[in-house]
Amino acid sequence: MAGTAAEEPLHRSLGLTDDEYERIQQILGRVPNHAELAMYSVMWSEHCSYKSSRVHLKGLPSDGPHVLIGPGEGAGVIEVDGVAVAMRIESHNHPSFVEPVQGAATGIGGVVRDVVSMGARPIALLDSLRFGNLPGDTGADSTADRNRWLTDGVVHGISSYGNCIGVPTIGGEIKFEASYSGNPLVNVMCVGVVPIDGIMLARAPGPGNAVLLLGSTTGRDGIGGVSVLASAAFDEQAATKRPSVQVGDPFTEKLLIEGSLSLIEKGLVVGIQDLGGAGLCCATSESAANAGTGMTLDLDQVPLRERNMEPFEILTSESQERMLVIVEPAKVAAAIDECTRLGLRATRIGVVTDTERLICTQGGEVVADVPAASLGDGPVYHRPFTAPAPRQVKTVDAPGPGLPPDQALLKLLGSANLASKRWVWEQFDYQVMLNTVAGPGSDAAILRLPGTETRIAVTVDGNGRYGQIDPREGARHSVAEAYRNLCAVGAEPVAVTNCMNFGNPEIPEVMWQFVEAVQGMGDACRTLQTPITGGNVSFYNQTLNEAIYPTPMIGMIGVLKPGVLAPPVGLQDEEDVLVLLGRTRDELGGSEYQRTILGTLVGPLPELDLNAEASLGWLLRELITRNLLKSAHDCSEGGIGMALAEMVAQGRFGAEIRPEPGRELISWLFSETTARAVVAVARGDLAELQDLAKGIGSPVFELGVAKGRQLTIRGMEDIQLRDIKAAYNNGFSQMMG
Amino acid sequence: MKPTVGVVVFPGSNCDRDANYSFDYLGAGTRFIWHLETDLEGIDIIVLPGGFAYGDYLRTGAMAAYSPVMNSVKEFAASGKPVIGICNGFQVLCEAGLLPGALRRNSGLKFRCMPVKIRVETLDSPFTMGGMWPGQVLNVPIAHFDGSYYADDETLEELIASRRIAFRYCDAGGELTDEANPNGSRQHIAGVLNEQRNVLGMMPHPERAVDPAVGGTDGRLILASILYSLQPAES
Repeated sequence: MAGTAAEEPLHRSLGLTDDEYERIQQILGRVPNHAELAMYSVMWSEHCSYKSSRVHLKGLPSDGPHVLIGPGEGAGVIEVDGVAVAMRIESHNHPSFVEPVQGAATGIGGVVRDVVSMGARPIALLDSLRFGNLPGDTGADSTADRNRWLTDGVVHGISSYGNCIGVPTIGGEIKFEASYSGNPLVNVMCVGVVPIDGIMLARAPGPGNAVLLLGSTTGRDGIGGVSVLASAAFDEQAATKRPSVQVGDPFTEKLLIEGSLSLIEKGLVVGIQDLGGAGLCCATSESAANAGTGMTLDLDQVPLRERNMEPFEILTSESQERMLVIVEPAKVAAAIDECTRLGLRATRIGVVTDTERLICTQGGEVVADVPAASLGDGPVYHRPFTAPAPRQVKTVDAPGPGLPPDQALLKLLGSANLASKRWVWEQFDYQVMLNTVAGPGSDAAILRLPGTETRIAVTVDGNGRYGQIDPREGARHSVAEAYRNLCAVGAEPVAVTNCMNFGNPEIPEVMWQFVEAVQGMGDACRTLQTPITGGNVSFYNQTLNEAIYPTPMIGMIGVLKPGVLAPPVGLQDEEDVLVLLGRTRDELGGSEYQRTILGTLVGPLPELDLNAEASLGWLLRELITRNLLKSAHDCSEGGIGMALAEMVAQGRFGAEIRPEPGRELISWLFSETTARAVVAVARGDLAELQDLAKGIGSPVFELGVAKGRQLTIRGMEDIQLRDIKAAYNNGFSQMMG
Repeated sequence: MKPTVGVVVFPGSNCDRDANYSFDYLGAGTRFIWHLETDLEGIDIIVLPGGFAYGDYLRTGAMAAYSPVMNSVKEFAASGKPVIGICNGFQVLCEAGLLPGALRRNSGLKFRCMPVKIRVETLDSPFTMGGMWPGQVLNVPIAHFDGSYYADDETLEELIASRRIAFRYCDAGGELTDEANPNGSRQHIAGVLNEQRNVLGMMPHPERAVDPAVGGTDGRLILASILYSLQPAES
């Protein structure tokens, strides 16, 4: 293809179609110049315009008693106990594949600025990561060493950036699947907090107001990041895209957080927007369009990293750690003084106008002049979507030889997906800010909510294997799992944010996966009354012809009543009774048992009854509120077997378990039937638990007791406590070698 | 009169609010001191908090050691008042020459955030005099990339001879095992004192172990000891 590039019209090499180019000419009434064309190309990219996804996102439930600000702003905002909590997930998949350390680092920077742009102080980060299989794990192939390199780099990038800016990384999840070998996923969720009357919006009101640019200088890094990188699939030349990846400067990000929040607190700004994808062009046009104003920018005033930058470079550069603020003329000096005091660069680069146009000048000449709103008002596509023929769904259905149940359990416990991720989260500062009540390794992280007596719980969950079998059901399952995780720590789930990771939307079968997943997510959130406050769509997660498994990531926040203490996962005392809440069916479809023991992926998926999830959630919260539970763990990936093994691995005792009579042991242990949890109660509290469960018609099964130094499950060989701990604690770090 | 704790804030400090919270929790007065300030009038205790001053793009603490406030901190220390540097603050104190030695990259070459155990090595300092006993094992967390304490043999001998090692990493039984040393520090050193014994640098975060809701209470002993040391001696 390289040979034909010279003959290609400019708009096409910038990623615009002929029809889109035609429409730009209609808008302007003339041929766009290079700078203008570059502006439209980034703003109308899939990443910025949501042109393929927009029509499908409209029907999502976004209203609820807690929601203050729904989709469309920098972050969703909910009200909890009188303060506002901002939440947002962003993907940085492609940059992280090309350059894992900086790609992941700048992913953190971007989502943190989204939250700061709402006026909120970031108080927590969570990461949801996907890579190809690691060396030594089931399914490891020729990409395994590279996958390990990517994993190590991404974790290091998150660690170096997140730790430096002083925002704790309190949780997340990381999974491995061959599907992500050519396209890993790096999704980052940020939570922030702001007084309700302090919420800021991306608006540039008041003609005559000054436009200030805060933070880093503008360079040639990251030009076309949203179009070149984020809105196209990879080919063999992925490494050549490295110059489109930005380089992170967490120190400046820290100054930018403090500076932005200080200006807001001192009442010096009337509008604020972060610079992320599409850089200055996006921040200025969006904030003007949102306020129905225009803006004139003097590009000569923009502090540059190098000389002789072209207007299109200045306008579309994605140099990191920058923020745009709108300031009344009388307050400009005070705003610049405050930034200077904090060591943060602040430069007046333009003025708000009433023209509704974004006009940019350089050397006294107009170099771009476009209707501000037209940049954000990109094309909307109703892309064709078709369900693939069932036989074309790429799953693996040739099982390898199985293992005896005890060996299967140990292997699962030490697998990359299910082993302890301590190796990862020990590299994250999960404590700074002193709000972390329960950090990584819990079913859901628990945070004190600053300024209140309330605690919130946060989780992020996704299941690409389920999505590959059935994207609609897979999305519903992901919502249900997030919900279950929050309930297992005693929280009431209240709101969702999400990141939809899919392949190339121009392929009808991929578009179908997306449409199905959006509907599944919407359905589950509607039923569980967890409105969707916003989201991010990441398409083109595909290398050559291989799309990733459809992977919606669900970030969910729940609220704990004051005084409620979440029980730990690990077993605390001998003779505590272990109880399974919920009913177990024979449902191994899509399970971790299939992945790690059989090497297959084949449906059908477990049946998902959302009403049963809601009942289980109520029961868990009631039990925890009454302080009846000594331990609790949601039962999902790896089934009862994995839940029990983790409770043993994280606790002080083994257990003696009697399976349900008449059940096939492998299926009973490893089925991923939904709406279940394993809990431990003192013997004397068992009757109260049974009464509560009976009252709502929820089935319970007495599994056995915590006891001794081994896990004894009738019908299989005993496993020593030390072997369980070794597999769980060392499995992952050994693969990372 | 309750003592006033001055929490120095460098650009890039990020445990300043946590230090402030924990001293406030223990009933002290607190004040933030921006690194450009030089007037420490009315301050009884100086805290150099954790974080990444100036991004630590150079050696950790190297830039911060030249901040205007540091001259005042040196005078403050010379007057005998207590100064505690935690994590990045310890690194700054070493770079500023207020403490011997240096903090190098962790032996595992990874950032580590985890609970550790440290052993109280001396009671002869404002930081360890109140309510502690020699050999006592405290639970406090670490969170650092560059925490491996290094000093040459001569300096180490002097530190040992003058009993200026304040804390050592140890296991639950107080033993100095290799497994219990999270970063490869020489002599298992987690914290050291200056010659006058009024300046302490330590890598673990006592301010993270004050409020039981988020991380235990053993760090209280250290912070409360400083407050206690300032009370007028009983006659």
